[in-house]
Amino acid sequence: MTESAFVHAYEVAGADFVNAGRASTAIKETLKHMGLAPALIRRVAIAAYEAEMNAVMYATRATMTLRVTPAAVTIDVRDEGPGIPDLALAMQEGYSTATAEMREMGFGAGMGLPNIRRNTDALDIASQVGRGTTVMMTVRVS
Amino acid sequence: MADGHYHSIRFDASACHGCMACMRVCPTQAIRVRRGVAAMIEDRCIDCGECIKACPKSAVVPLTASPDGLGRFDCTIAVPSPALYTQFDGEVTPGVILQALKASGFDAVATLSWAGEAVTRALELFLADYGGPVPLISSFCPSVVRLVQIKYPELVGQLLPILSPREVAAREAKRAAAEQTGLPADRIHAVYVTPCPAKMVSIVDHPGMETSYIDAAVGISDLFPLLAPVIREVQAGGADAPEPETSAGLGWAFSVNLPSTLSEERTLSVWGLSNVVRTLDDIDKGRLQRYTFVECHACAEGCVSGPLTVENPYVARARALRLQRTLPARDVTDPGDMRSRYARGEFGTTVPFSVRPPQPLGRDIVSAIARMKERDRVAGRLAGIDCGACGAPTCLSFAEDVVRGAADEADCVFVRQQQLLDRIAQLSERAEGRA
Repeated sequence: MTESAFVHAYEVAGADFVNAGRASTAIKETLKHMGLAPALIRRVAIAAYEAEMNAVMYATRATMTLRVTPAAVTIDVRDEGPGIPDLALAMQEGYSTATAEMREMGFGAGMGLPNIRRNTDALDIASQVGRGTTVMMTVRVS
Repeated sequence: MADGHYHSIRFDASACHGCMACMRVCPTQAIRVRRGVAAMIEDRCIDCGECIKACPKSAVVPLTASPDGLGRFDCTIAVPSPALYTQFDGEVTPGVILQALKASGFDAVATLSWAGEAVTRALELFLADYGGPVPLISSFCPSVVRLVQIKYPELVGQLLPILSPREVAAREAKRAAAEQTGLPADRIHAVYVTPCPAKMVSIVDHPGMETSYIDAAVGISDLFPLLAPVIREVQAGGADAPEPETSAGLGWAFSVNLPSTLSEERTLSVWGLSNVVRTLDDIDKGRLQRYTFVECHACAEGCVSGPLTVENPYVARARALRLQRTLPARDVTDPGDMRSRYARGEFGTTVPFSVRPPQPLGRDIVSAIARMKERDRVAGRLAGIDCGACGAPTCLSFAEDVVRGAADEADCVFVRQQQLLDRIAQLSERAEGRA
């Protein structure tokens, strides 16, 4: 199946608010050039952006890997960072550990992970406290 | 025109020197320089006119009408963009400019005083009932509409379905002229005096209407040299005409005249294409949902800085602000009349905004995946410094052109150099073998 998959990795730097969002914009551009349906691209764009911002806000660095197959668009965001101690709690709407500065920038409403779940067909999160978090998102093509 | 790609600009190959100035400023990467001549990729151009401003050889030609050919109709009405009023020095009032337009051969003139106010009221009535996705995106700038149709197809449903003041002004002026003269509608012509060629797009191929009420457009820069001496004559005549334009109409020269019901906290005003792109990207990612309305202008200072204006845009903007303070601010629309006109659909667009995504990389997802992989492979062999010598604005766009068959990889100077070095090495190896 590797022959029919397009794979591209994007690097994300923690706390780099100037370039924050560039990876998800690049992913969105790539999908548009490939001619995928606008509604699907929008779901991917929203999920990718939320995941990218989580990495920028909490992690030291992250790699976002886009993978497009005829069946699905998947994005894995693998970060080096503090990890999530209580995943169930983090998935709850309104729960956030955002700092005052993050809230100042319009984040920290506790909608990040719930928003990703709403816009994807599958979401898996693996986290190790003190090591990092990997968010795996899938949006099916049809 | 629905499936075609009408454009309001043309590249003149005989005047083009292949300098790439246009290619570098194009915000949608719609220009390539091949064999020393610039050419447009039609399905990506949004008619913003940045290339007109950048070209040092006047090789990018706006397809607006020549001022000479405007007298062919029995009644020709000038509908000036309020940007026109900002192009002359401070002593020249809109009233004088309108008189000069009439003295230059136009049978009638139409201001935005009523239409500008009416569209603000229509926007207010529309927002009062609106429950769809937000933010709404203003649709008065044709380049912004094209940008959304081409690059942000998922946002076309958020384009404001309200007619622009210029369309409403042209319709009302034509109705009034028909009543006054008894002429058939097809003998009455409305000509927009335009700060940009993009308005031609909304005349020839209006994205929200079957047919535009405006019939032609003449560029401010083309009219300016003819109008300036007539203005001096009108001023010398000393006629003290009443001021027909209002501050509500004038305000459209650089912004959308927003209704007072729309609070400032729920509105964003964005000028300049790079800022518009950034804002649309943010909307695309699900941000900015706390805003109800985003007004977007392709030009950095709004219409007063359009590619067919002649004055320094900051001088023009300063004049617009001063005029806005000095022109009468009278309410010229009647609330009851406005409500019934709005209910009759007089201000709404009549055709839903369509999407116009450019040709995708492949016919289906399987071929798109294969070609996207090929694009990355080609890009990996390039220098990645976006030098532009190949005639494409970035290495990535060049790699895409190669995959589409529109360019040859050896058009890249670095690739060609490497091919040459490889060939030299091969030849010298062979020579050594013989020795």
